[in-house]
Amino acid sequence: MTTTFGSLSRVPTYDALPGHRLVLGADAPLKLDCGIDLAPCTVAYQTYGQLNDARTNAVLVCHALTGDQYVAEDHPVTGKKGWWEMMVGPAKPIDTDRFFVICANVLGGCMGSSGPREIDPKTGKPYGLSFPVITVGDMVEAQLRVVRHLGIERLFAVIGGSMGAMQVLQWASRHPEKVFAAIPIAGAARHSAQNIAFHEVGRQAIMADPEWRGGDYLNQETNPTRGLAVARMAAHITYLSESALHRKFGRNLQDRQALSYGFEADFQVESYLRHQGITFVDRFDANSYLYITRAMDYFDLAAEHGGALANAFRGTTCRFCLISFTSDWLFPTSESRSIVHALNAVAADVSFVEIKSDKGHDAFLLDEPEFHAVLSGFIAGSAELAGLRR
Amino acid sequence: MTRATLIRPDLQLVADMVEDGSRVLDVGCGDGALLEYLKRQKRAVGRGIELSQAGVNACVGRGLSVVQGDADKDLGDYPTAAFDYAILSQTLQATADPKGVLSELSRIARHAIVSFPNFGHWRVRWSVAARGRMPVTPALAYQWWETPNIHLCSIRDFLKLAETLGVAIVEGLALDVNGRPLPSRVTSRWANLVATQAIFMLRRG
Repeated sequence: MTTTFGSLSRVPTYDALPGHRLVLGADAPLKLDCGIDLAPCTVAYQTYGQLNDARTNAVLVCHALTGDQYVAEDHPVTGKKGWWEMMVGPAKPIDTDRFFVICANVLGGCMGSSGPREIDPKTGKPYGLSFPVITVGDMVEAQLRVVRHLGIERLFAVIGGSMGAMQVLQWASRHPEKVFAAIPIAGAARHSAQNIAFHEVGRQAIMADPEWRGGDYLNQETNPTRGLAVARMAAHITYLSESALHRKFGRNLQDRQALSYGFEADFQVESYLRHQGITFVDRFDANSYLYITRAMDYFDLAAEHGGALANAFRGTTCRFCLISFTSDWLFPTSESRSIVHALNAVAADVSFVEIKSDKGHDAFLLDEPEFHAVLSGFIAGSAELAGLRR
Repeated sequence: MTRATLIRPDLQLVADMVEDGSRVLDVGCGDGALLEYLKRQKRAVGRGIELSQAGVNACVGRGLSVVQGDADKDLGDYPTAAFDYAILSQTLQATADPKGVLSELSRIARHAIVSFPNFGHWRVRWSVAARGRMPVTPALAYQWWETPNIHLCSIRDFLKLAETLGVAIVEGLALDVNGRPLPSRVTSRWANLVATQAIFMLRRG
């Protein structure tokens, strides 16, 4: 491979990133599931729209593995559109003329929230692998601090896809009184063996890169961009579907008329994946990738409740809307359905929709008119029930 | 009149049986017309189960709480007495296990409201007896080879099943071809001959 990869040095320093930062001091440490009290600890977040006087119109958006807080604006590093601009904005399903939208960079992330890239105040050097292993529950506790900081008693809605859906479920389970409507999209109540396996491939790719340096690359001024790019390439395949890949690329050749009888990117699909890998390393930290994939692997809501998922939701007052996509094989409909079974077992208020799409797991990020229509309807119905005026 | 105040006559009769402010599960809720009516006019807390994805999407899109599911498979999930009413409208005859479904409905809810086409209706009898053909009537508008109705019963058959299951009939209505109530007692042999459909409210004995 002759491709050269970008460098994390292009990421501006945290202070230059737009948005807000909540710093938790030693007097208010984040109590992590692993038993460590993390302090000081920073949660970087972004908001859109206006919080109403009663503070009842807040929507918390939970981002996925490689997402961040820049939901509905041009990304400060890549310059690309916000990752959910299709969903969040004026007159969009999550209407910022009506709702106050909050999105926090997850704990362990690399867009300003505390994570392995940030300086450990004890050593004055980046944490690297000395950063504690975090969980989806820890991400939610960090978000809860932001919500409290903003003086919000109850969120009108918590919504997210993929790992975002895991956070939504964790919110609804741990803090049901703080969530009016919970919308987990393309998610699961536990990470499956197959998904853990895919994550392990990604992590091994990173750790096999000699520039990873046992996780100490920031101190040694190297960067395991090749490993991270391969991790991204492998993961990206799982976000699509066989039919979407075929429709997009088929066996078409890239910039050539014939096979090269070599290992250049002969096929368009190879070129596409390489591009995905290359652009990813410009905005993401390899150690963050290790930590966040680990958090997803550890997620098992039923295990936290004696093995019975229904116990996670007993007595819940949340209004749930689960959405899955027919061609999503990473978080298939069966995962959402098992959550629906658990919610029915406690007679929860639950809606469940499977959207027909051939776009795979990534469908939740894409233009799927029926998905958007259903979500708009659910949000409108919920707003009416919550007594939110237009 | 808005969509929510005008519903099919037979659904209206079902809705009339539901008390204000109840918790209702509508099994086979279609596009949600009844659920929406109950929500708006009866302040009901409604949930729905619907087999067809198009129906589910339409319901959720209009703000109703509906899941994609199957009356035969998914009723077992719900806890006992979770609802005041479980409604099964014109669906019993299409289930694989009507006895099991009826039993589950009366477990889940204090009252089960069930409506179904009456296979004892004279036109059905006439079709089979005189013409020797499977009936195609306004209430049973399918050819035998395309019908989803696999477990048809007469009113008397239904009463017998209710007795077997030990559920009490709280209320019953025999309906004419337009979905209007007939004056005759629903349990009478006459009703079994002239009613095109029936609605029963059941209660576990």
